[in-house]
Amino acid sequence: MYAFDIERPTSVADAVAALKDQDAQALGGGQTLIPTLKQRLAAPSKLVSLTNIADLQGIANDGDTLRIGGAVTHATVAAEVRLTYPALADLASHIGDPAVRNRGTISGSLANNDPSACYPAVALASGATIITNTRAIAADDYFQGMFTTALDDGEIVTAVSMPIPEKANYQKFVQPASRFALVGVFVAKFAGGVRVAVTGASNEGVHRWAEAEAALTADFSAVAIAGLTVSADNLIADLHGSPEYRAHLVKVMTGRAVAAAS
Amino acid sequence: MPKDDGIGAATVRREDVRFLTGRGRYSDDIKAYGECAAVFARSNVANGTIKSINTDVAATMPGVLAIFTGEDFVEVGGNPAGWLINSRDGEPMKEPKRPVLAHGKVRHVGDAYAAVIAETAAQGRDAVEALEVEIEEHAAVINMKDALAGTNYVHDEIGTNQCFDWGWIEDNRAATDAAIKGAHHVTTLELVNNRLVPNAIEPRCSIGDYNPGTGDYTLQTTSQNPHMTRLLISAFVLGIPENKLTVIAPDVGGGFGSKIYHYGEEALVLAAAKKLGRTVKWTSDRSEAFLTDAHGRDHVTKIELALDDKGNFLAFRTETLANVGAYLSNFSTVTPTFLHGTLMAGNYTVPLVYVNMKTVFTNTAPVDAYRGAGRPEATFSLERVIDMAAREIGRDPIELRRQNFIKPDQYPFASAAGLEYDSGNYDALMDQMEKVSDKTGFAARRAESEAKGLLRGFGVNAYVEACGIAPSNLVGILGARVGLYDAATVRVNATGNLSVMVGAHSHGQGHETVFPQIVADMLGIDAASIDIVHGDTSKIPFGMGTYGSRSLAVCGSAVVRATEKIIAKAIKIAAHMLEAEASDVDFSDGTFSVKGTNKSVSFGEVALKAYIPHDYPIDMIEPGLEETAFYDPANFTYPSGAYCCEVEVDPETGKVRVDRMTAVDDFGNVINPMIVTGQVHGGLGQGIGQALVEQTTYDDDGQLLSASYMDYAMPRADDLPFYVVDHSQSTICTHNPLGAKGCGEAGAIGSPPTVVNAVIDAMQSGGKNITHIDMPMTPHRVWTAMNNAQ
Amino acid sequence: MMTTVTMTVNGKSVSETVEGRTLLSTLLRDDLRLTGTHIGCDTSQCGACVVHVNGKAVKSCTMFAIEAQGAEVSTIEGQANADGSLNVIQQAFQDHHGLQCGFCTPGMVMTTASLLKENPKPTEAEVRTYLEGNICRCTGYHNIVKAIMAASGQDVSSIAAEQLIS
Repeated sequence: MYAFDIERPTSVADAVAALKDQDAQALGGGQTLIPTLKQRLAAPSKLVSLTNIADLQGIANDGDTLRIGGAVTHATVAAEVRLTYPALADLASHIGDPAVRNRGTISGSLANNDPSACYPAVALASGATIITNTRAIAADDYFQGMFTTALDDGEIVTAVSMPIPEKANYQKFVQPASRFALVGVFVAKFAGGVRVAVTGASNEGVHRWAEAEAALTADFSAVAIAGLTVSADNLIADLHGSPEYRAHLVKVMTGRAVAAAS
Repeated sequence: MPKDDGIGAATVRREDVRFLTGRGRYSDDIKAYGECAAVFARSNVANGTIKSINTDVAATMPGVLAIFTGEDFVEVGGNPAGWLINSRDGEPMKEPKRPVLAHGKVRHVGDAYAAVIAETAAQGRDAVEALEVEIEEHAAVINMKDALAGTNYVHDEIGTNQCFDWGWIEDNRAATDAAIKGAHHVTTLELVNNRLVPNAIEPRCSIGDYNPGTGDYTLQTTSQNPHMTRLLISAFVLGIPENKLTVIAPDVGGGFGSKIYHYGEEALVLAAAKKLGRTVKWTSDRSEAFLTDAHGRDHVTKIELALDDKGNFLAFRTETLANVGAYLSNFSTVTPTFLHGTLMAGNYTVPLVYVNMKTVFTNTAPVDAYRGAGRPEATFSLERVIDMAAREIGRDPIELRRQNFIKPDQYPFASAAGLEYDSGNYDALMDQMEKVSDKTGFAARRAESEAKGLLRGFGVNAYVEACGIAPSNLVGILGARVGLYDAATVRVNATGNLSVMVGAHSHGQGHETVFPQIVADMLGIDAASIDIVHGDTSKIPFGMGTYGSRSLAVCGSAVVRATEKIIAKAIKIAAHMLEAEASDVDFSDGTFSVKGTNKSVSFGEVALKAYIPHDYPIDMIEPGLEETAFYDPANFTYPSGAYCCEVEVDPETGKVRVDRMTAVDDFGNVINPMIVTGQVHGGLGQGIGQALVEQTTYDDDGQLLSASYMDYAMPRADDLPFYVVDHSQSTICTHNPLGAKGCGEAGAIGSPPTVVNAVIDAMQSGGKNITHIDMPMTPHRVWTAMNNAQ
Repeated sequence: MMTTVTMTVNGKSVSETVEGRTLLSTLLRDDLRLTGTHIGCDTSQCGACVVHVNGKAVKSCTMFAIEAQGAEVSTIEGQANADGSLNVIQQAFQDHHGLQCGFCTPGMVMTTASLLKENPKPTEAEVRTYLEGNICRCTGYHNIVKAIMAASGQDVSSIAAEQLIS
């Protein structure tokens, strides 16, 4: 790692102020950022830790929507929303491993927008709102391609507002080495329709599968998508799977998510 | 016997206490006063000419103490191959120099061309980034067939990318060809034995020290064989006199072959320590480990099996390309040849075997012995082609193997591949495997899987391997540049406890527990009073270290021989004490007694007498009670086994899960069944890893795509089942005093073909005419195979 | 910029001066000489570095020392019983041969402690899943899983293998 300083502000205002310095960068749980720093792929002058800010902690439930603080760890989500939003709890409980889940945060994952990460899938499928220190951003506007989001420099994700679907399920087919999603599909059924978000598959990062959403809104069953095909165009090709394989998995995982949704 | 802690006892390991409490002492745990750090500049291209290295800026950076480049080592020697192989035409193999640091050219990504010594590793890394380096990149030589066909050479000075073209047994070539030509049925299979990264969880680490006042060097390093490392550094690389170099391998966190070899980093830290008069430490990170630890396997093979109309095996013939990478690592030439070709008769009475092995230089990391080393490749080829043949001729795969097995009354058996197997009973192993695996329940389990929408397959395998390398005279004839004995010194201390210094090195194998079991059993004393000393050339006799499942069969035999000498001398001392003739003195259970009397002295009393020889036959016996034995084995040992496994395949995703895995092995006499079982477990984990998930991929430019745990899949706990392991069907090794064979590699040898055979069986059960899928059988590969078969 | 951090490690208060980039694992190993915490990778996957921070398992190679300000940290060196004897988990690992080279072992023990706190009687599948962030290259995991189930007080005598050895 290159040398840098770390600040540990206790308020969002102080964190935002600290991030105004040139080459300052926010530090969530660090589970992705620290390995990146070790490889000297980033050279921040300063890291601003978000884990010591009380306002970024806590999960609130107003009955229809969960409001999850930006610095809430995956382990806390997994433990606390098991009854209110079981598919989200299940997703959080399979990110990384237990030790990673004790440090990694929801805002860290959403700010990074790794194309194979899990949280972007639930946020997009749930129609979440990403709340920052300056504004609220609809998930549909927030995710803008692999490792790219609507966040401005120095903007902090303070919370995620996550509507609770009637039924939902996440199916993650793991890449055998990293245990990230080779393909992950989150299906969420709301009164107003079904949303399907796909992670791991596309060079564009997390995205919705509109045809499946339409079919499932009409008929929420695995059979409803049987006739659909997923194009391999612009899907990821790597050691672990071809675009064609990923396209196939998108459909298989979607079907399984629908069948398992509860 | 077995006593609670004698031969045959499942004694828990004494070394565990320090490891479980964080008190192990691995190389990187050692911190010397005033130590500084070595950081290597490594090539990011696979093939390039070093045009210039300007160190001016880097040298002035904070904390920088010295910078080395390849130029600094031009005058010293290279790191040699330990085994000379001759091609079929009698030409010796090509041996390009492997320098401490690359000079002139870099030949693989990760090849070190410079090293910075700095106060801290972070400063060293800063300075490495400040080196001004111009490397002209050339096209990389990656694919082995292209390497042999082309004129782009990894080593320009040898004018070829072929290291050697070896035939075994060359005199049988024509007869084998004829047998195949005239056979009733020939099964042909082309397969890949996938390249693996060993991945000991402890990365390599080397610490060099030099005392200008004495001229003594010390190297603490992650080694499986400190004496061999010292010999290589002294005799070949740096020329430091052996008596001025101590090599210490403290606790070592796994090796699996990758820590047998001498690496340039070891020489560099010694040279730097001399130059600076400081202790110089280098610790690999995982990324460096992926790029520079010797890899394993990487064979591309065509195998043919000829059968007569009754299913008798007539001949095996193989043509293989084996990758040696950019440089010859120490065992890289023997691994694909004598550790592979000699096993190509397998467990069978087949009369003819011919193996053609071409080894190929490529712009990739060196490839060398990895757990099993040549034998897994042999077993994989044999047991895959046999399975395929059984399917082609409509025979049960177990029955076809049994028909061709060497039978128990045929030992010693001269195999068609040139070895003399001393003992074995392959039918008994197969019987036991069928029994303990509940093979008869397979049909019901398959039905259950199918009800869940999954395919289930059953795969079987038989293997024989050669361990306990090796008779020095034999290996010398075959090209070895070292002897392959091992050594032990048994020192009885004055107060009756023992220090046993051994040439083998324990890095997970439990020697500190097992060797005392042997000595305790022989001397009839408490094993807790016996300590093992290993890993330090200043303390131990010149042994050859631990690899090839040799520690017990070879070094353990040296321990036996040294202990026998102790007993012989102690009897003489006891005879004096008892005022009897030595021939009248019996020794059992730790007590010397005169036959037919109740006169006796204890082992402890004799030990004390040896060191306080006031009343002692000093004219006949020397004081002291310490003996050394070197043991040179009369033959390899030949462990064998019958394995089976059951897999479930998800036809929608191609994902394979090993549901049941059974290993029935013949390891000869087992000293500690708990440890032996653990060794099999570990081998199974690595073998299943090879079969299903471990994938080492270089792209056409020579970049390693699977260069971290993000892309190289290590088997995790949830990838693997509980295993059934059985050692009940032993036949004793006939030529070493322990009757022991060797268990360290069996699991990694026996399991890969078992898993592949099971997956193919599952494919067939699903109506897919798939006869082979290359390892690793990742979901993507299996799905692709199923998709293509539709 | 150097910063002084204060924390409790294995029950003792410690204070060290660190850089921003100093990892918790570096502070433990280099400054406190608690070398039982090991480094086996640089991508936060092998788990050899697992310690507990405020009672929770974390990868100490993927946490900055400064972030542990005021925390209670426990490492493998603090796991034995007060009289120095092996604790229940450590003893089970020894009894069931749940370690070979020993390098991954501290992380395995610390992860196990965390598992058993959350789930005192885990099933085999739960144990295997919980270990997904801890890589062992020696044991094939069989005896690790067995040791963990034994440490949880479950009868492991029916698990495959040993009873079949004559």
